[in-house]
Amino acid sequence: MAQVQEFEKALSNSETSVAAFDEHGTSIVKRIQHFLHSTPAAVPLIVLVLSIAVFGVTIGGRFFSSYTLTLILQQIAIVGILGAAQTLVILTAGIDLSIGVIMVISAVIMGNCAVTYGLPTLLAVVIGLAAGGACGLLNGLLVAYMKLPPFIVTLGTWNIVMATNFIYSANETIRDADVDVQAPLLHLFGLNFKIGTAVLTIGVIAMVVLVLILWYVLNHTAWGRHVYAVGDDPEAAKLSGIQTKKVLISVYTLAGLIAAFAAWVSIGRNGSISPSAAVTDYNLQAITATVIGGISLFGGRGSILGTLFGAMIVGVVSMGLNMLGADPQWKVLLTGVLIIGAVAIDQWIRKVSV
Amino acid sequence: MTQEPILTARGLVKRYGRVTALNSCDFDLYPGEILAVIGDNGAGKSTLIKAISGAVIPDEGTIELDGKQVLFKSPIEAREAGIETVYQNLALSPALSIADNMFLGREIRKPGFLGDWLRMLDRPAMEKRARDKLTELGLMTIQNISQAVETLSGGQRQGVAVARAAAFGSKMVIMDEPTAALGVKESRRVLELILDVKKRGLPIVLISHNMPHVFEVADRIHIHRLGRRLCVIDPKQYTMSDAVAFMTGAKLPPEAALAA
Repeated sequence: MAQVQEFEKALSNSETSVAAFDEHGTSIVKRIQHFLHSTPAAVPLIVLVLSIAVFGVTIGGRFFSSYTLTLILQQIAIVGILGAAQTLVILTAGIDLSIGVIMVISAVIMGNCAVTYGLPTLLAVVIGLAAGGACGLLNGLLVAYMKLPPFIVTLGTWNIVMATNFIYSANETIRDADVDVQAPLLHLFGLNFKIGTAVLTIGVIAMVVLVLILWYVLNHTAWGRHVYAVGDDPEAAKLSGIQTKKVLISVYTLAGLIAAFAAWVSIGRNGSISPSAAVTDYNLQAITATVIGGISLFGGRGSILGTLFGAMIVGVVSMGLNMLGADPQWKVLLTGVLIIGAVAIDQWIRKVSV
Repeated sequence: MTQEPILTARGLVKRYGRVTALNSCDFDLYPGEILAVIGDNGAGKSTLIKAISGAVIPDEGTIELDGKQVLFKSPIEAREAGIETVYQNLALSPALSIADNMFLGREIRKPGFLGDWLRMLDRPAMEKRARDKLTELGLMTIQNISQAVETLSGGQRQGVAVARAAAFGSKMVIMDEPTAALGVKESRRVLELILDVKKRGLPIVLISHNMPHVFEVADRIHIHRLGRRLCVIDPKQYTMSDAVAFMTGAKLPPEAALAA
């Protein structure tokens, strides 16, 4: 054994429990902080339950009906799916501003292939998904190999894809009736079924299933752990033997693919396919759902279930304020408050480790 | 030394532009020993270590591991050959659990359908092996193997990084300044860890600026100067001031040490 050096002799009298954990913070606040730190989806879930309760009390039975609650789900299906894609990117400490326009161009491509060119609908869907995946792949290559900041890359592709969308489509809307006649499969996710007074669409089911699949992948596969590791500390991930470039490329490509899937769902919800939907701030709505859902913008933290709750919070708040007959601007204002509140709570929870 | 070295490097050269970081440098590591590498700033210690751990590809020279010539193109290849490195920044992912960190990049999957098709991780198996390894190294005062690494103290994190290297290193472990960021008590713990790993039969390359630590644990000391091995000394026959004098060029090493 190593002999102890002079100045270290004093150590023999010191405490021997070197690695023991001091339970210094047993106050209730500390415990809550620890609980929230280990359960990142808890905050948005609590906020969701609270907001449902508040609107339920102020509006009454009309709000609590299963019809209203499922209507909220229908309204958030698209943003929820886009939020799931955004979550993957934000977990790697990136951001994807192009996600909304990737969805729109994929929808336009699917519609054009099926209706205008008369291709089989399934093939049209595959082409649309491939287009979305290709846009994501471009983002991924630029981020991983050119080492450009994700904000700049996707700000660029946002504009490029939006312009391409308008040039390619000549801003012509494909009508609902034409889709119904020539490619009813594109409306698949708009089909609904009733359970009592609850009305669910296939699109809502698809959103929930997608989030659950991604939750499994992120928490129980090596790839999922690598996504977190890359967002947490890319240098450490690299030295641990993770091929960070491949992880980044696969994340952006998958985000593009999911955005194209959201396109299919959006055709079902909207009926017609309009290229001018590209000016809607879908990407910002998706980022909002993700941030309110407790995914840290600094990467590596948060649960994708939180994103689902985040999207639901926005849906509940806007539906509730609607039914109260409030000025729509109140919804915008409240969303802003929620975003700042969510990030503030995230910062507070992070301090648990300091 | 009658034993064959486990790793030998001969005539390593690495140039960065007009700077020569390694100038036909030699290196030998014998089984079961702790070899300290010391040298002034800019002497080329880290380049030498990176060349061995695969992070840098030397321009010239050969490296033999167990008598077979190897050429690592990345740290991953060196790891696969059984060379583990504990980096100065530890290369741990703070938000992930201890078990996840120990198996980062080489996760165990569940057998059968779950693992092959659903790619499901075998958490119980990974946690068991992580717990076993930490217990072996006397670190099991960490209560919860699934707690995030960021909730650990500096010494505990170092322990996790060392345990990871010891768990997977089959040939040798390289440690870069393992005590540099630690307090007195935690340094002591890490030094004991290093000796524990040595007892398990794994040779260790220890890079450190801390002379007392080096002289305490090392069996041999490789002194690096101006991009090459100046000499190898026995810490029992020389003092710390000798070593510093050799390393800075204040004193010439004896002929016997040069030949070593």
